[in-house]
Amino acid sequence: MPVTINLPSILAKLAENSRTLQAEGADTVAGVVAQLAERYPQLGPRLRDDRGEPYPFVTFYLNDDDIRFNGGFAATVRDGDEVTIVPAIAGG
Amino acid sequence: MAQNIGQQDDTRRDLPELSSDEIVRYARHLLLPNVGIDGQRKLKGSRVLLIGAGGLGSPTSLYLAAAGVGTLGLVDFDVVDASNLQRQIVHGTASIGQRKVYSARDRLRDLNPHVHVETYDTPFRAANAEEIARDYDVIVDGTDNFGTRYLTNDVSVLLGKPNVYGSIFRFEGQASVFATEDGPCYRCLFPTPPPPGMVPSCAEGGVLGVLPGLIGTIQATETIKLLLGIGETLAGRLLLINTLDMQFRTMRVKRDPACPACGTRTITHLEEYEEYCGIPGTTSHTTAEVPTSSGDITPVELAEKLKRGDDFDLIDVREPQELSIAAIPGARLIPLGTFEAALPTLNPEREIVVICRSGARSGTAVNALRSLGYAKARNLVGGILAWSDDVDPTVIKY
Repeated sequence: MPVTINLPSILAKLAENSRTLQAEGADTVAGVVAQLAERYPQLGPRLRDDRGEPYPFVTFYLNDDDIRFNGGFAATVRDGDEVTIVPAIAGG
Repeated sequence: MAQNIGQQDDTRRDLPELSSDEIVRYARHLLLPNVGIDGQRKLKGSRVLLIGAGGLGSPTSLYLAAAGVGTLGLVDFDVVDASNLQRQIVHGTASIGQRKVYSARDRLRDLNPHVHVETYDTPFRAANAEEIARDYDVIVDGTDNFGTRYLTNDVSVLLGKPNVYGSIFRFEGQASVFATEDGPCYRCLFPTPPPPGMVPSCAEGGVLGVLPGLIGTIQATETIKLLLGIGETLAGRLLLINTLDMQFRTMRVKRDPACPACGTRTITHLEEYEEYCGIPGTTSHTTAEVPTSSGDITPVELAEKLKRGDDFDLIDVREPQELSIAAIPGARLIPLGTFEAALPTLNPEREIVVICRSGARSGTAVNALRSLGYAKARNLVGGILAWSDDVDPTVIKY
């Protein structure tokens, strides 16, 4: 069972408007992100910086938990996990 | 009248009495076991500060006023614009052109004359934030830019007041409660804001009009729960709402021990956060503040160039759907999000004039072009809004 990735619409437009994606065979969140970046080259720079690190204004959730408290991009993913990407938005 | 108001404890004794009119008005609250007479008196004795009287501030202020929160403070320095009315329901057509805080105050007074409304027709800044917020019990974040969100968070943490957070973009919204005694703050969720240009504002990206209604009523609900001390608030949780598939998700938010606001507490005073704005100068009231630099072009100069038939490239970096609202003829559309991919099609030797709605996105594109050696790239100052003012008033300002 692959890992499911939930994208907000602001990022989905860089992934052919898919708000739900899947990644197979990745061991870590970094691996999931690498798969997405390879598949959607415009999406990659919105998910990680030039050093391959997460941005402080884009929060990654592994299931319900912020990966910052679980090893960041090195957090281990298992089949069936959900990665939800939450960028900062400011509209009011 | 509320008979035999309790003398059991000082808190209860200090709460304001309800008049007979108020008892009638709040009857459905008084029937609630978690509210009752004492809860309603708590609401009457409460003070809530709303930062922003726009999309989120509209439903929040309306419901808090209707609920009988005794004092509502409104901070906003904008005026009501026709394009606000699709979502900012505290204002009406007759209020177009009025200061938002006064338009909202009049509506709230009509809704509930028992509520006292204090108005602050001024930007919420580091210099005045503590003074304005000090006497309130709860702060509601209904702003529209990152700078004011970080300022609202930091003043909430410094003063020890809960920050009821809501934010919206297009069809999606976020809500939480920050800066409670043990809970995380906004900086625990997003340590720093995105750089200018990375995230479009609602003025550019659009927003579903009913979305601030959903998020704002959640903020009002959380505020009332905090004031009454009932239920489980969103402190420690982030609610994500996607209206397109109507999915509600709740994520955990932990207090970050390294957070400079609520963790290490290295933020001990407030700073100006102007540079944090998503894109500088994109909201209607700051359009005139779009930074310009030498080599930029005014609408009148651009009109003359077009009339003379000068040889240059005119590039529009807005989204396709914006073209059908307003356009400058002859421009080639390259949305900012696809700009990098289109670079090989642009000649670094040629003069390039870049346009957008307000001059902000085009400014971002021109800065990028110049850094890559496109020395003759020029930004249309003030964008299509200024073009409408100075050249062609038939072009719609949106």
